[in-house]
Parts: sequence; structure tokens; C-alpha cells
Amino acid sequence: MLLKDKLALITGSTQGIGYAIAKLFASNGSHLILLARNLEKLQQQKALLEQQFNVRVHVFQTDVSNPDEVKKTFDIITQNKLLLDVVVNNAGIMVDAPLLMLKPEMLHNNINVNLYGSFYVTQAAVKSLIRNKGGSIINLTSIIGKNGSAGQSAYAASKSGVIGFTTSLSKELAPLNIRVNAIAPGFIETQMVASINEKAREKTLANIGMKRAGTPEDVAKVALFLASDLSAYVTGQVIGVDGGMII
Amino acid sequence: MWTQFLHISMNNTDKLATAFAEALTIPKETITEELAYQSIPEWDSVTHMILISQLEDAFEIAIETDDVIDMSSVAKAKEILSKYNVVF
Repeated sequence: MLLKDKLALITGSTQGIGYAIAKLFASNGSHLILLARNLEKLQQQKALLEQQFNVRVHVFQTDVSNPDEVKKTFDIITQNKLLLDVVVNNAGIMVDAPLLMLKPEMLHNNINVNLYGSFYVTQAAVKSLIRNKGGSIINLTSIIGKNGSAGQSAYAASKSGVIGFTTSLSKELAPLNIRVNAIAPGFIETQMVASINEKAREKTLANIGMKRAGTPEDVAKVALFLASDLSAYVTGQVIGVDGGMII
Repeated sequence: MWTQFLHISMNNTDKLATAFAEALTIPKETITEELAYQSIPEWDSVTHMILISQLEDAFEIAIETDDVIDMSSVAKAKEILSKYNVVF
């Protein structure tokens, strides 16, 4: 039970990596605050996790790219005196297009959710972590944010931004005993990559040292490490979870 | 009525001084209206964040970003907190 009686907030919790993180944290004794856009899925997730792991789960229908919605959610969290130990900025989208086919709204969507969303949530959450005399912030970036990828410049820019956000914030918040790290997943079996055709999939797998796609659970285990005291002296790091992928 | 107001006012002044003293780790007696951000080594950008959290906690409010930026002195803090219906 690495997170016994801790309180972790996870964005984008209803599917893929976010779902796996929520489940693994709950199985390690953490109470949860889950944010996502789909209220029905959130309520299903709450019922399941509370029943299975005997933890308290609070859910909020929130679009993290909307600062007003984020503020309203955190007003309720504050009013209920819920003190956070861990924040996982996981909510993300991937809208791909070659540069000349990239419409402004595609660019904005990537940046708004992946980068601005992390800012809005962290800005609102950090006061709770300060009150709690410390904590851990975990941002989900991507191998594409580190290395780039043809046809994914907007997504890459948003995820590179998350890395800059992480390293800067780790310096700013270290004196307050708040650690800030990022996870950079490679090719992970989620809905986000489900639309990739078989040929492209084979080509991608050929570039992964371990010759398999990662699972959301592979990423969740690193999030658990970063959330727990096992990483008590780790901050400002970007940890790849990519099976030795080369881009 | 006036006695009640005075009671609230005294309590809030004390709460404010306590929040400042605890956030900046300085004696309560040294908290004056003139005390300004970055005028002493103890009130820097890091302790400013702690101060905002202490004030939010003490008065059960959520301080807007613009007000976090504007909170440049104890006197200014009182002025800003008044906007959140805190009476001094």
C-alpha cells in the first residue's frame, strides 16, 4: 500500500493511461479525485473503484482546457477541505496533421488540452499541496515531445511544452517540498493509437527495442513510483516508458 | 452590533497577522501595514505562495490570480481581502 490514505487527483481518468493510474493508485490505498469530460463514465469508474478497493472517489465533470470549469471544480474541492497529496496531469489529445494541413483549431486543441490544461489544473491545485506541506505533481508528456515525429508537430509542441513546464516548475516548487516530474510514454496500447493501420503499427513495433507496445499499466507503475515516497528525492525528471523505442 | 463588528474585526486582524507570521516565519509583532513584498528576505516569491495558501485557509476564500499578483504589502492584503467580504 504505497499510497495508503493519500489523496490523488487525476485528469483524463476514464480511459487508457488515466484509468490505469486511477486503478493502481486505488489498489495502493489512495483516495481519488477524478476529472474527465464524460460524467457517465466517471460515475461508473467511481462505483467500481469504491467497491473494489474501499477508497473514497470524488468525480468532477471538467474540461481541463476551460479555466472557468477548472476553477469551479477546485472551488468545490477547497470548500470540502480536500487536501491533495498527488496531482496527475494526464488528460490529453492527439490531433495529427502535416504542417501545411494543420488548421489553427487543430493546433489550438492540442495546446489547449495538453499544455494549458496542465497549467490550469496545477495552478489551482498547488495551493492545496502547499497547505499539505508538500506533494507530487506528475505530468504526462510523450516520447514525441522529446524526439519529435513527422506529421505530429502540433502534438509534439504541446508535449515539449509539458517538459518545459515540468522542469521549470520542479525548480520553483522544490523549496516547498513539492516534486514535479514527467512521464514520457512511447507506443502504448490505448484508444489514442487504436486508429493506426496495421502497416504503420508493424513499422512502429520494429523501432521498439522490446518489440512490443506498452500497456497503460506499464505507465501507471511509473506514476505510482513518482507519487509515492519511493521517489522522495526525485524531481525535475522526465522518465521514458517506451520499451527502448527509437524515433 | 458595533461590539460584534469590533469582535470580527479584531479576530480578522489577528488572523491576518498570524497568517503572515507563519508564512514568512517572522514574529507577529513585526507585521505592520507597511511591510512590503521583497522588502525583507523572508517575503520572497516562495513564501508569497505559502502566504496565499495561509490566507485562503484562514479566511476560507479562493484568491484570484490578479489579487495574488497585487498583494504587495500587508495594507494591500487587507484591501484585497475586503473584496472577499473579510472585514477588518
